[in-house]
Amino acid sequence: MTSATAAHSVVEPTATTRRFAGSLVVLYALITMIPLAWIVLTAFKSPDDAISYPPKVMFKPSLEGFCNLFTTRSRQTPEFIRSLGPPQGLCDSIARDRNMVVAGPSNYVPRFINSLIIAFGSTVLAVALGTLSAYGFSRFRVPLKDDLLFFILSTRMMPPIAVAIPIYLMYRTIGLSDTRLGMILLYTSVNVSLAVWLLKGFIDEIPREYEEAAMIDGYTRFQAFVKVVLPQATTGIAATAIFCLIFAWNEYAFAVLLTSGNAQTAPPFIPIIIGEGGQDWPAVAAGTTLFLVPIVVFTVLLRKHLLRGITFGAVRK
Amino acid sequence: MAEVEINGVSKAFGTTQAVSDLSLTIGDGEFVALLGPTGAGKTTALRLIAGLEQPDTGSIRIDGRDVTRDAPADRDVAFVFQQYSLYPHLTVFENMAFALRAPTRRVPEADIRTKVQEVARLLHIETKLDNKATQLSGGQMQRVAIGRALVRSPSIYLMDEPLSSLDAKLRGELRLELKRIQVDLGATILYVTHDQTEAMTMASRIGVIEGGRLMQIGSPREIYENPINAHVAARLGQPTINLLPAALFGGAPAGAETVGARTEHLAIARGGGDVSATVKRVEHLGDQSHLHLDLAGRPVVTLADPEAGFGAGDVVSLRLNKPLFFDARGWRVAA
Repeated sequence: MTSATAAHSVVEPTATTRRFAGSLVVLYALITMIPLAWIVLTAFKSPDDAISYPPKVMFKPSLEGFCNLFTTRSRQTPEFIRSLGPPQGLCDSIARDRNMVVAGPSNYVPRFINSLIIAFGSTVLAVALGTLSAYGFSRFRVPLKDDLLFFILSTRMMPPIAVAIPIYLMYRTIGLSDTRLGMILLYTSVNVSLAVWLLKGFIDEIPREYEEAAMIDGYTRFQAFVKVVLPQATTGIAATAIFCLIFAWNEYAFAVLLTSGNAQTAPPFIPIIIGEGGQDWPAVAAGTTLFLVPIVVFTVLLRKHLLRGITFGAVRK
Repeated sequence: MAEVEINGVSKAFGTTQAVSDLSLTIGDGEFVALLGPTGAGKTTALRLIAGLEQPDTGSIRIDGRDVTRDAPADRDVAFVFQQYSLYPHLTVFENMAFALRAPTRRVPEADIRTKVQEVARLLHIETKLDNKATQLSGGQMQRVAIGRALVRSPSIYLMDEPLSSLDAKLRGELRLELKRIQVDLGATILYVTHDQTEAMTMASRIGVIEGGRLMQIGSPREIYENPINAHVAARLGQPTINLLPAALFGGAPAGAETVGARTEHLAIARGGGDVSATVKRVEHLGDQSHLHLDLAGRPVVTLADPEAGFGAGDVVSLRLNKPLFFDARGWRVAA
């Protein structure tokens, strides 16, 4: 019965194995969640609780971090504050408890909008260019195809930041420094090689008979591409888009170097939020927490395709 | 429907000559089968006619018009692929309507509906129209694939082994249906297959193709009874023709090196004779038996009546009855 037992364990894990594997996954998830939980908890702490030692797990939640994230404040004398009318909203009243008044909005929202425009813009561009190039490489006899593909891949062989100085000089010369367009082009150029390689794999898996059938049925190659190839490549496109978006959304080094007042994205802005007497940790944590939201939403929206992407190739052809 | 004329068409992929100097005319309403083994160039021939490949030399005319350089969409042909033929993201209806919805065709949606339903009825898949293409059985998928082509009325239907992925029973059923539909519609079909039964039962003419060359073309009967060489002779007939040295038998014509003996060319009698063989094995198929003989160290396979009661070890005598003769290079020698 040895063979039967072996076959059983290969085809269908036993309840014990399943439970063991399940607990491992849960344990791993818990470990990776700890820093995330720390950030979210810190976002709701008061500045004193945030830096207390030993760290507090139980604390009185406060929105001060979020208020400090979105506003700038100025210190005033208690007499001046008393002479003012009632507080202008929640943040003003929190500030007044610390002898401050809200002076105006912070730069977080414009930085966040820059991040959205640059990350989504470069993702759309990289995925569009990647899909078309991958299709070309997959379907046509391109001269020097293998060399070109290797060249495209080789652009990722060094860390992008290695070319930071030449790019900085070039951008300054042609006026792309501190512009959204410049950042979109930069992130696109980094992502497009990944997009070409990922998508070529997916498009290679789509039998070319599908387009050939469409072309015989009266469609042009481009119409066949739109009607037949794109719908079947959605899985690959979604997966590629998520990878590109995560890179562009999180990119820090180029953003620090190439952007300042105008096109600065959220990553270089968040860690330098200064409060009274140094780093304002609850505000930094609040900024980071909100910064995670778009990626989570995007990933959840495309989750269906991602799951199919993981099982890709398991279906009978 | 129209006449399709292929003239001296050749196509090479790198150093591989896929199709060599192929000339073939398919008459209006004719069902021509190209029969050959895998890699013989059958599929390439179809793809050249469809415009999916460009010939290196030669020309292709459809309905008198030279289409050699035309795009596939401009040729007015329909293609049934061996597999991968259905779009998995579309329903059966959408799959069948796909060609009619091509931007260049501008068929009104009401006409599309009528046409698809009509063809679906013809293929007995009218209840499956709302299913996703992936929710069908193999036989139903293949019907839809044929249906995708039938909704159009092209000059010619090109079919690339459309039944080869099906099991034997379904293949038999669809073979009959396809022939019935072809006769009903008066359709012109070029049908590629490696299955001699499909070619023999459906085609009005069979072209035997080997190594990229059209060896012989003619009615199934002609091809079977009058093969021009040993290749063609070996393509048709079940069990495969026995090719034996002519010297083993007397009475071969001058120049004949090989004698080709099908079952009907071999008379078997119990006991030794001028040419004796030993029975090695008997395969019982029910209505008849395959008889595996040993003739001076060479295997010979033929059919025998199960009533004859041959068993392993029996000695039989063989006598030829109007067999086929071939010369040293395999070409036919008149008896």
